[in-house]
Amino acid sequence: MVATDPRTPSARLEFRDPVRARALAERLATLTADLGRAPIALMHVCGSHEQAIARYGLRHSFPQNLDVIMGPGCPVCITDTPEVDEAVALARQGVRVLTYGDMVRVPGSSASLADARADGARVEVIYSVAQAVEAARQTDEPVVFFASGFETTAVATAAVLLDDPPPNLSILSAHEHIPPVMEIICEMPGSRVQGFLAAGHAATITGWGVFEPFVAHHGVPVVVAGFEPLDILAALVRLIELVKGDAPSVEHVPALRDPRGQPARPGLAVGGVSAHRRALARHRPHPQREPAAAGQVARPVRRAAALRHRPGEPVARPAASGRPVPLRRHHGWRGEPDGLRALRQAVHAVGARRRLHGSTEGTCRIWHAYGGHPDLEVPRERAAPPATAVATAA
Amino acid sequence: MCLGVPGRILSLDDADGALVDFWGVQRRARLDLVDQPVAPGDYVLVHVGYAIRRIPAEDVEVTMALYDELLHAAAAEDDLMRADVRGEIDTCAPSGGGPRGSD
Repeated sequence: MVATDPRTPSARLEFRDPVRARALAERLATLTADLGRAPIALMHVCGSHEQAIARYGLRHSFPQNLDVIMGPGCPVCITDTPEVDEAVALARQGVRVLTYGDMVRVPGSSASLADARADGARVEVIYSVAQAVEAARQTDEPVVFFASGFETTAVATAAVLLDDPPPNLSILSAHEHIPPVMEIICEMPGSRVQGFLAAGHAATITGWGVFEPFVAHHGVPVVVAGFEPLDILAALVRLIELVKGDAPSVEHVPALRDPRGQPARPGLAVGGVSAHRRALARHRPHPQREPAAAGQVARPVRRAAALRHRPGEPVARPAASGRPVPLRRHHGWRGEPDGLRALRQAVHAVGARRRLHGSTEGTCRIWHAYGGHPDLEVPRERAAPPATAVATAA
Repeated sequence: MCLGVPGRILSLDDADGALVDFWGVQRRARLDLVDQPVAPGDYVLVHVGYAIRRIPAEDVEVTMALYDELLHAAAAEDDLMRADVRGEIDTCAPSGGGPRGSD
């Protein structure tokens, strides 16, 4: 147990406190005022952050010279076409393919999983990888789970792989690890992202230390925050302070209480110093592995990717994609045109139009739901290289 | 679905799972990933069918208030954040055990 919570029931929802929100917005304005006309560009990398920004109309309170861009935070946008092709090819070969619902309509080169299903392929929507395990246990035939998403879903896939999964279960992994994606953003020609807002829940899984090598290498600060309006505003304030300072670092935003190394609000925020414990540690001893320690936190996620195909798995390699799909593709994709193109589209959001409404975490659907394209014109003018990306997508 | 959904543990089973109550809806969640020991009565944050952390007791109230607002406030019925939270509850197997259908 930690110290007594200073909040009282009457202070419920104080994280929506308009007075605090206004104070933070004013601080944002003050911080950016002396930047002159030069805009400052910050990027978040989580669909839930975009949901909150759009749902609560936060962009309205941002200074004119602050651009908050949604980066690659949507699992649909970030999934590369060959990965979809591979799943479609497997399904068309008669293999049972199980996947999360938002992947079904994502188009590959020639078809989506929904198209394959309409043609008679066995494509099933599941909500949890645990269901894939159950499905595989009830049959001898090969079962493929087409896995997507970032750390928060990757860790569930990893848990299954580490827990003696059925031999007929294969994982076709399109999981992404966010720090390499952020590296790509920074290394893109013309990149103008000066700071990242990272997602609280993903950092709950990995620990926030996972960003430290990135910050050390690129000199771009990262602030981890939850999904409430005050979390986001406070994180942006802190990010700009870090951008203007000369010591980039990783921090988290306890928006509502003194930083004591404890999460601001575990429901929606992330722990600070204790985050390294929040890895793939079990709540009781397990004979097959030790509790994760600091420095090991990202390993389960990587392992999920490495085990894209289980050794000796009986699933035939896909033929329809026309080329072999490299193992651990997503660790090698940073130089591949397809991946970069997909990423660029995700960064500029409008590229996602092709996959409109695919996922509740996509900027396309979020802006559709909450009204308009709040800052579409500004990033299109300033961001590089937007013209080709927009033209390609349109 | 980065938000996850909080629920209260009703009972533990032998296979690293738990029966969890979400606003009166009882579902099964896996406990493989929780960072601390949990017991019936504890609140956990669940994501794609897996509890990913135990919610400290002193933070339960404000967390639940926040989700109450998301689920029940006067937002549109098709509000995306509300849909995501409801979707998270659906990631958990029914309380009767056994696999979910793919409906």
